[in-house]
Amino acid sequence: MVEIITPVLLLMLTFFAFSLAFWLYGISQSRPIISSLLHPLVTAPILVSAVLLLINIDYSDYRKANQPLFFLLGTATVALAIPLHQQFHHIRNLTKPLLLTLFFGASFAVISALSIAWILGATPETLISVAPKSVTTPIALGIAEKINGEPGLTAGIVVFTGVIGAVFGPLLFRWIGISDDRIKGFVLGICAHGVGTARAFEVSGKCGAFSSLGLGLTGAITAMILPWIIIYAFK
Amino acid sequence: MLKGLLVLLLFQGIGEASSHYSGLPIPGPVIGMILLFIYLQLSSRELSTGLGDAAHFMIRWLSLMFVPACVGFFFLTKIPANQWLAVTGVIIISTLVTMIITALLMKYVMAKPKLSKPKAEQ
Repeated sequence: MVEIITPVLLLMLTFFAFSLAFWLYGISQSRPIISSLLHPLVTAPILVSAVLLLINIDYSDYRKANQPLFFLLGTATVALAIPLHQQFHHIRNLTKPLLLTLFFGASFAVISALSIAWILGATPETLISVAPKSVTTPIALGIAEKINGEPGLTAGIVVFTGVIGAVFGPLLFRWIGISDDRIKGFVLGICAHGVGTARAFEVSGKCGAFSSLGLGLTGAITAMILPWIIIYAFK
Repeated sequence: MLKGLLVLLLFQGIGEASSHYSGLPIPGPVIGMILLFIYLQLSSRELSTGLGDAAHFMIRWLSLMFVPACVGFFFLTKIPANQWLAVTGVIIISTLVTMIITALLMKYVMAKPKLSKPKAEQ
């Protein structure tokens, strides 16, 4: 009996944790710093993990039960084409600054990650898994496979990067005086992929469209360039 | 709205198939997004409200769909104990530094009139 309804309960757990997290996020809106730290992408996974550890359920079972959400993540990615289309007139005039920022941001993300990892004493295996951290998960997994990184580790690192970027990005922008939604969006997309893009849509539609653009372009160029850098750096 | 969801699923399917058969390292949904964008740009018809609503709905709950993947981070057992500091340190420092520098660079290049056409202001 319990085995039969377990998948449904585990899927419900995600929805329940998210609703609770979303409510908490809503009531904290008056305090921007606290509310940033209480983003549903931080609180909901902590709640779910706590419950899973408490009732002693493997992550692989939870993952299997939540397969529908992984599938819908793909559908939502396709849906990013619509805001991109609607906001394209803003993007068209900015081709050069966007491309410049993209190439700089995408390469800086990889170079800074590798050099900081090296300073902190990471082994070559860890270095390789850390390199694709700013790319959206499915692309990162493809890259990790190509450069012989550890896929599980890469997936976790990518998600954590996205959450860090999405949570602290808006605070950083305020701190350094960035108020342009186009900049906020594009940088969130480059540095924090899909998670950053989800956050960018909370700011504005324009911010979200620029983030979708950054996400797509960074994924594509990192996937094409990174395997070559790794091959030269480690062989 | 239903027709819109159907369009999204159709492009997701086309994307998955193209990713699989082309051997490109780009995942199916990203290819689907690019193809749907090209289709919308080329089509002369106005965007249907159904597709707009469907996309709006999916994007509104994007965060929810990331939750199962984020939970995975707490169940990482593949990191050797002496590598935890390196891994978390790298993610936090490098992500924050990259965001600050990239945002400042973009602000600087956007302020250069030669690079961005004046129409972009607004």
